[in-house]
Amino acid sequence: MNAKKKVIAMLLAGGQGSRLYALTQNVAKPAVPYGGKYRIIDFALSNCTNSGIDTVGVLTQYQPLVLNEYIGNGQPWDLDRMYGGVHVLSPFETKEGADWFQGTANAIYQNMRFIERYDPEYVIVLGGDHIYKMDYSKLVEFHEKNKSDGTIAVIDVPMEEASRFGIMTVDAENRVVRFTEKPKHPDSTLASMGIYCFTWQKLKKYLIENEEANTGSKDFGKDIIPAMLQNQERLFAYTFDGYWKDVGTLDSLWEANMDLLSPSVPLDLYDRSWKIYARHNNMPPQYIGDTAKIENSMITEGSSISGEVDFSVIFSGVTIEEGASVNYSILMPGTVVKSGAKVEYAIVGENCVVESGARIGTSPEEAENRDDWGIAVVGHNVTISGNAFVKPKDIISENM
Amino acid sequence: MGVNNNVLGLIFASMHDSTVVELTKQRTMGSILFGGRYRLIDFPLSNMVNSGITEVGVITKSNYGSLLDHLGTGREWDLARKQGGLNLLPPFSQNTDGVYRGRLEALNNVWSYVGKSKCEYVVLSDCDFIANVDFADVIKFHKENDADVTVVYGKYRYNEESGSGVDVLQMDETDQIRSVLIDPQIAGECDICMDMYVMRKDFLAKIVKEAAARSQYSLIRDFMQARCKEFNFMGYEYKGYFSRIDSVKSYYEANLALLNKENRDALFKTNAPIYTKIGDNGPVKYGLDSKVANSLIADGCIIEGTVENSILFRGVKIGKGAVVKNCILMQATEVGAECQLTSVIADKNVVLEEGRVLTGSDSYPVYIGKNANL
Repeated sequence: MNAKKKVIAMLLAGGQGSRLYALTQNVAKPAVPYGGKYRIIDFALSNCTNSGIDTVGVLTQYQPLVLNEYIGNGQPWDLDRMYGGVHVLSPFETKEGADWFQGTANAIYQNMRFIERYDPEYVIVLGGDHIYKMDYSKLVEFHEKNKSDGTIAVIDVPMEEASRFGIMTVDAENRVVRFTEKPKHPDSTLASMGIYCFTWQKLKKYLIENEEANTGSKDFGKDIIPAMLQNQERLFAYTFDGYWKDVGTLDSLWEANMDLLSPSVPLDLYDRSWKIYARHNNMPPQYIGDTAKIENSMITEGSSISGEVDFSVIFSGVTIEEGASVNYSILMPGTVVKSGAKVEYAIVGENCVVESGARIGTSPEEAENRDDWGIAVVGHNVTISGNAFVKPKDIISENM
Repeated sequence: MGVNNNVLGLIFASMHDSTVVELTKQRTMGSILFGGRYRLIDFPLSNMVNSGITEVGVITKSNYGSLLDHLGTGREWDLARKQGGLNLLPPFSQNTDGVYRGRLEALNNVWSYVGKSKCEYVVLSDCDFIANVDFADVIKFHKENDADVTVVYGKYRYNEESGSGVDVLQMDETDQIRSVLIDPQIAGECDICMDMYVMRKDFLAKIVKEAAARSQYSLIRDFMQARCKEFNFMGYEYKGYFSRIDSVKSYYEANLALLNKENRDALFKTNAPIYTKIGDNGPVKYGLDSKVANSLIADGCIIEGTVENSILFRGVKIGKGAVVKNCILMQATEVGAECQLTSVIADKNVVLEEGRVLTGSDSYPVYIGKNANL
C-alpha cells in the first residue's frame, strides 16, 4: 500500500460538446484545438501540475480515441508517475451490468474505487472545457482554512449576464447560503465555475445518497450542491479573479482565441512560471516568406506563411500561400489556404484545404443584416473548392 | 521491433570543438544551437533513431553540462528505454589522463560500454555535419559490399575559406576508397568524409585495441589513411542536402541556408523528423506593427519590430521599431526598441538595450557571447 495522496483531481471530459458541431464530430470537446498549439484540456491538466497535484482521473465517454491518444501516459504534463499520474477513466462493466456515465455526480460515483485507491483528504472536481490559469493549491488552502465540506470556485460576472450562470449567494464569511441555477432575478453576481473542492469523505456520502435517491440528473449543480446546502453542510465560495472562459460554443471558442490577441486580456501564454504544457509534434520553426504580411496574430511551428494574416490564430503545420488572406480567423493544424483564397471571421478545422478562389466567411460590416451574420465554420478534413463560398454562420462538415 | 536493433550508435559530441571556439566556449560541438530550435547533436541522433537504432552512446569530453541538460533521459528521441536507449559517456581515465585525443582513444576509454552491447554493427558519427542520413541504407550498402568500413561522403566545394579539418576521400569507380587526404591544400569539388562510419563491432574492437597497444588515437590518420590498402573501405555517397560547421562563418551560412525551402524540406522530412528537447513555449506572437520577411521563427518569440532574412530561436523578443536583418538570434535574446542589428549572431540570453546599433557583414558577422548585456 502506497502513502495516501492529500489531493487528487477528477476531470470531467466526457462532454460531447454538441454546440461545437462540426468540430466535435469525431472528438470530445476537451480535445478541441485552442490557442495555436494547445487543446482545451491542456489548461486543466497544466493547472494540476503547476498546482502540485500529481494524480488526475480523466473521465471520458464521448469519442475518446483522440483524447486517449493525446493524453497517453501523461508525460507532456509531467503526469507520468510511478504512483498517481494521469489515468483515463472510461465507463466499464461490472457484475451488475454496464452503465454510461449518467451525470457529473454519477461519473464520479462510478469511479469511487479509483479515488479510494489514493485515500485522499480532498477531491477536486474540474470541467474539461474551460480556458483559465488557476492555482488549485490556493483553493485547497481556502477550503482547509474554512473547515469547508465543499468549496465552489466562483467568478464575479456582470449583473446582466448573471442569469446565464449558476449563482452563489454568500454571507459575509463567503459561506454559501443559496445556490440558484440560471436565476431570472439574480441576487448575487458570483457564478459557479464548475470547479469544486470537496472533503472526500463528505462527498462520498452525498454521492452514495444521490445514487440511491436516483434523481435522474445525478449532477453536481442540480443534486449534490443543493443536497449539501439543505443539510447545512459548510459550503464556501472561493472567488477567482483571473481570466476564465467557457468555450462550449463556436462563438465563445472563436472569442477565446481572439482574446489571446488582445493586450488587455490577462491570459499570458509566455509566463515561464505557469507554463501551459501540450503534446508536441516535431516540426521545424515556422517560415515567414518574403511576401507575408502579418499583423497581430499568433502562429505556431511548422507553418509556412506567404500570404496576409491579420488578427488570427494559426496552428502548427498550416500553409498560407502568397495571395491568400486570413483575417480574424482560427486555422487548426495542417490546413492549407491556397493563393487567392480568402478566409474571414472563420474557424477552419484540422487538415482542411481551401482552394484558390474559395471564400470562407465575411466581415460583420459586409453583412446586410447583422442578425444573419456569424462566424463561419469548417470542420476537420474538409476541402473547400475554388468557386465555393462558405457563408457567415454556415457550419460545413463535408467537402464543397 | 525495428529491424536494426543489432546496431549501436556512437556519437562524438566534442570532436571539432576547437573549430568554433566562440560557440563552444561553454558547450560541446553537439550542443551548439542550430536552426531555430535544434542543437547539432539532434541531427545524428534523430538520423540514428529514424534508421531504427535504439541504442546510442554519446561520447563527450568537457563542457558537457548543456549537453546533459539537452539530452536528459533521451525521451524526446524515444531513447528512454530499459533495453538499450541513450547512454551518456563522459570521459573517464583509463590508459590516458582522462581527456582523449582522437576517436580511437575515446572508444578505448568507453569500451566497457561498447563491449557490453549485444550489437553486431556500430554507426559512428560526429556532430559537425547537418544532414538527414538514412543509416539503415548505409548499413545495407555496407553489407552488400562486404566492406570492412563504410564511410559516408558528400560532394563539397572545397576552397581556402572552407576552414580546417576536412578529410577528402579518393575512390575508384566502385566507390572503394583508394586514399584518404587529411586537410589537403586543394580547391574545387571533392568527395569529403562526413565523419560517419559503419563497421562490425568486432572489427572496431580489433582496431581500437591495436591502436591502444601502439599508442595511436586517430581513426582517420592512424587507421583509415594508414591502412587503406589493407582493408576494404567503401565510400557511401550521401546525395541529400548537408552543411558543415567548421567556423563561425560557416555556422552563420548554414543557418541562413535554411531560409531556402529546398534545403529545409531536405533536412526536415515528415517521414524522418529531427527531434529535439521540447521547450513548452507558446506560439509566436506578431504585434500590430511587426514586419517579417524571409525568416525562420521558433515558438515563444514575441515580435513587435521588423525581421528580415533571419533565424530566431525560441523565446526571442524583438521590440517596437527594432530592425533585425541577416541575424541569428539564439534562445531568449531580447532586442530592445529601436535597435538596429545587421549580420549579428547573438548567443543565448543576450540582452540588447533600447537603440543599440550593431553592424556586421555577411563575411564577418558580429558575434555576441552568451548572457551578454549590451
